[in-house]
Amino acid sequence: MLSEAFAQGKSILHRLDPRLRIVFATLFSFLLAVSMGFPTLLAGLTLSVILVLTSGLPLKDVAKRLTTINIFNILLFLVLPITFAPPPAFLLGPVACSREGLLLAARITLKSNAILMVFIALIATMSIATLGHGLNRLRMPRKIVYLLLIAYRYVFVLEQEYQRLSTAIRVRGFVPGTNLHTYKTYAYLFGMLLVRALARAERVYQSMLCRGFKGKFYCIHQFSFSSTDRIWAGYLLLTLILLGGMEWLMPTLF
Amino acid sequence: MADADPILIDLKDICFSYPGRGRVLNNLNFCLGKEQRLGLIGPNGCGKSTLMHLLMGLNKPESGTIRILGKTMHGETDFRKARRQLGFVFQNADDQLFSPTVIEDVAFGLLNMGKSPQEAVALSRKMLESLNLSGFENRITYQLSGGEKKLVSLATVLVMEPQVLLLDEPTTGLDERTVERIIRVLNDLDIAYVVVSHEFDFLARTTTDIYAMKNGQIEYRCGSDQFRAAS
Repeated sequence: MLSEAFAQGKSILHRLDPRLRIVFATLFSFLLAVSMGFPTLLAGLTLSVILVLTSGLPLKDVAKRLTTINIFNILLFLVLPITFAPPPAFLLGPVACSREGLLLAARITLKSNAILMVFIALIATMSIATLGHGLNRLRMPRKIVYLLLIAYRYVFVLEQEYQRLSTAIRVRGFVPGTNLHTYKTYAYLFGMLLVRALARAERVYQSMLCRGFKGKFYCIHQFSFSSTDRIWAGYLLLTLILLGGMEWLMPTLF
Repeated sequence: MADADPILIDLKDICFSYPGRGRVLNNLNFCLGKEQRLGLIGPNGCGKSTLMHLLMGLNKPESGTIRILGKTMHGETDFRKARRQLGFVFQNADDQLFSPTVIEDVAFGLLNMGKSPQEAVALSRKMLESLNLSGFENRITYQLSGGEKKLVSLATVLVMEPQVLLLDEPTTGLDERTVERIIRVLNDLDIAYVVVSHEFDFLARTTTDIYAMKNGQIEYRCGSDQFRAAS
């Protein structure tokens, strides 16, 4: 079951205006994604660690989320040095390794961890509903916002439906194996899930029509930009400028 | 104009069939008067839900005429206006509650009617309060229990102040206490309604008349008091 475990909390970051958090996380990600210099990347990583600490989230859970991406990063460290062109700079036993490949893998690791941590500290600390309304206020097209919100709303219903179906086949003695019967059963299960999802979409739309839906969504939420938000907006903008400045002015160290 | 007319809903010679299935409704005639509380009962597949969908304009009849509040329905534009006066509570509350939070779902209909967000929120709060659902405003709809979902979906429809309420099997899968709450809500209403149900006991306590459907027609009409004596 999906849960918004990080959304509950009382830290200053939880209380910041969602719009500020969304905007900063987005700009930060873009800036870091295009940066190449290690000082910038390390500074970005430090900033993200500070934000995670400020958010007061349980560090063990944060680490758990970071594991996923770092398993992928380990793969990069294994693959990139030996596949990167131009040809090898040094030899590791019989395997030719390239310095460039190694640096690239290191850059990707720094970037991905920093970006993920900023998102954990700033975005995961709000509920999906808040995120949706924040995006709405930032003039994100309504259709995309409602696609997000409604998809999130019905993921749970679909999951329940999936659980029901899979329990139903298990209580009738189904044991998955490597055979045609298993593949066919799973195909039926997912097919049925798809058909039911379609039928449900139709019914949801009908119920919306019955309540006067004319294709337009309205938002009842109002956010207020407090003085704390303004101060934080200043700080965060400053860090962005500093990071950008580091990237522009400092020649790459390597 | 509607006030002068004692008949709220009038169906004449309605025929309807789903593609690939035989006739569901067969020259059906149906009439709902002012202050009438009608129970609709009948075997599965006899056309009860189809009848509701026709009334809301979600399905189009093959033949026959539908008059709602004195106006003959010709197409989507007519139904769009009629839907403001007709409230429909779906059988499955998950179909009805699509917003992330309760207050947004209750306000949805009001916003569609052109109310301002502030007004819509205020009216929605009042509605929740009157159904003893205060404090539910910011609850997440998918985390509600089955009974709470049903009551909230009732609120989403009632808040629009319809003149007629249609309920499709409102008690299916609910515990006794929630059913009692729904019975109380229905008995406190001062509008006409049609409720589909398989439970005679529930219908006897909430309706004035009971119609039994069979083979796409209304086969039998009687007063609910007949069942009240038995139960």
